[in-house]
Amino acid sequence: MTSLPAFSLADLDGNRHSFPSSKTSLLCFVRDECETCHLSMPVIEAVYRAYGDAIDLWAVGQEDNEKLRERHQATVPILDDTALKVSFAYQVEIVPTIILAAADGTQILRWEAFHKEDWKELIARLSGLTDRPAPAIDWDKFPELRPGCGSRSVEPGVFERLTAEADGSRLRARQIEIGERDDPFEFMFEQGLTDGLPVVPPTPERVVRMLAGTRRDPQEVIGTCAPNYAPVTIEKIAINAVMAGCKPEYMPVVIAATEALCTKEFNAHALVSTYGPSPVIVVNGPIRHRLGMNMGINVLGHGNRANATIGRAIKLILRNLGGLRPGEIERAALGSPAKYGACYPEFEERSPWEPLHVERGFERNDSVVTLFSLEGSPHQIADQTSRTARALAGSLGLGMECGWHPKTHGVGDVLLVISPEHVDTLWRDRWSKDDVRKRIQEITSRPVRELLPTEDYGGLGAMPEQVALRHGRTAEQLNRMMPKFKNAKNIHIIVAGGPAGKWSSVINGFGDAAVSVPVSRKIEEVV
Amino acid sequence: MRILDPTDERVPVRRSLAARPEGLLGTVGLLDINKARGDVMLKRVQQRLNELLPNVAVKYYRKLTPARPAADDLRQQMLQECDFVIEGLAD
Repeated sequence: MTSLPAFSLADLDGNRHSFPSSKTSLLCFVRDECETCHLSMPVIEAVYRAYGDAIDLWAVGQEDNEKLRERHQATVPILDDTALKVSFAYQVEIVPTIILAAADGTQILRWEAFHKEDWKELIARLSGLTDRPAPAIDWDKFPELRPGCGSRSVEPGVFERLTAEADGSRLRARQIEIGERDDPFEFMFEQGLTDGLPVVPPTPERVVRMLAGTRRDPQEVIGTCAPNYAPVTIEKIAINAVMAGCKPEYMPVVIAATEALCTKEFNAHALVSTYGPSPVIVVNGPIRHRLGMNMGINVLGHGNRANATIGRAIKLILRNLGGLRPGEIERAALGSPAKYGACYPEFEERSPWEPLHVERGFERNDSVVTLFSLEGSPHQIADQTSRTARALAGSLGLGMECGWHPKTHGVGDVLLVISPEHVDTLWRDRWSKDDVRKRIQEITSRPVRELLPTEDYGGLGAMPEQVALRHGRTAEQLNRMMPKFKNAKNIHIIVAGGPAGKWSSVINGFGDAAVSVPVSRKIEEVV
Repeated sequence: MRILDPTDERVPVRRSLAARPEGLLGTVGLLDINKARGDVMLKRVQQRLNELLPNVAVKYYRKLTPARPAADDLRQQMLQECDFVIEGLAD
């Protein structure tokens, strides 16, 4: 037996009625805007007149209760549930909803809308229970069945508000009251909660709606976010996702990316660096299509909501939970536009190769985020003349040599975004991703002596003598060939971009494995 | 409007103070919110300001009721006419 929630409501004359009341109770949820409720009211009134002194019989009114009473000259107590708390607690979705409850508050029966037979059976049951005659109702005036109307408590916006306000609300975050005369957008700027662009105010209603995008418990702590190592709950992720402008269906991607962000391997703490690195997210798998992500024209640019807001949500989480605020603990000398967020899907369907996530051990049908810690901004490499894979991959290698400093070799992870036109040239010669990597390492390999700082140019690191010490001093050591990247595996390749344009892009690296390792996480999809 | 705190909640919500001027010059507005005996206190403040700072102008304003925020017109008027505002709150 379902035990129904207790409540206490006042009727229109100010008398309070409490449930359960130690009597059999009949609750009739109604609203003035519903014609099926108006059809039902004379029956409710007749039943009240017949049994009202033996059982508790209440209409529970959701709106304009005075109008409802007047129209039907009702004597049945109409309880004021215009706040909708009881309707919400009883999960009323359709009005009228009729509930018969035993004296101990357990539910005996429940139906929605108008059903003549149900009413007749109920009346027979009440007569049996109370030993009173059935009321005289001209049943010929009533249809067999009439569908009900939507309950006010499930209307968009209202339902989310009630969810947020309910005693058992899943929300725990501190609520901040913004003054009636304060502009919420200005308030959020003043509180330092934004990245410099306006954010969507994370009202409890919006956060409840965002949480509908995941099955995870809002209070689950998924990790701690550097640099402040603040605990990150699903609820806090949802709040920042609202602010970033995400839709609820983006939540699983934002959660997976945040999980990656909070790993030791990724080491978000390094994002405080003066070098100005940013997390760069690559999305793979079927979810790209479900979210309508842009992997074509202007993929690394603006214009797509999912691309833009997922990346932004991660940055807001870093700012608001991690404490990564420029000028405070974040010390980027220059930074980059990627600091607003960087999230790109791979155009798997346009690629002849295994997509990034499959290379990293996932199934093709898995949806996966991979988080890189990179310099941030894409640097375009143009090559309109190469007709062979060898020549084109050579161009890509030369273009990639600029990362950090052209003379700085042996660097770590980098993300190469190859455009459709370029991948066609590479694939015409049936070059694999590994062939491309090998060629990049080959064309960028230089003798160590050529990489040392001279009087004409400097480089990365300390004084020339110290650089020489690092690489060695013997002729053999100085003649050793050194490629741009420490390992060919440091070159991560995805295909993306519009159909025309013989340019690819490299998002240069930030550190090596000691600083940050790319981390992939499977996206838990809510279908 | 209520919003949910996006931070780790270790730092209290701060509201920044208006810039502090170096000295008391210009016009001081006295806002009587219409609470009992607020006028007694503010008139005494007015008297003391007149005695101590004869070059400072003092203007007296009154809200219709303490129960509601000051009307927009009154707020705008005070914003334009005053450099400082002293308000008498509570009983």
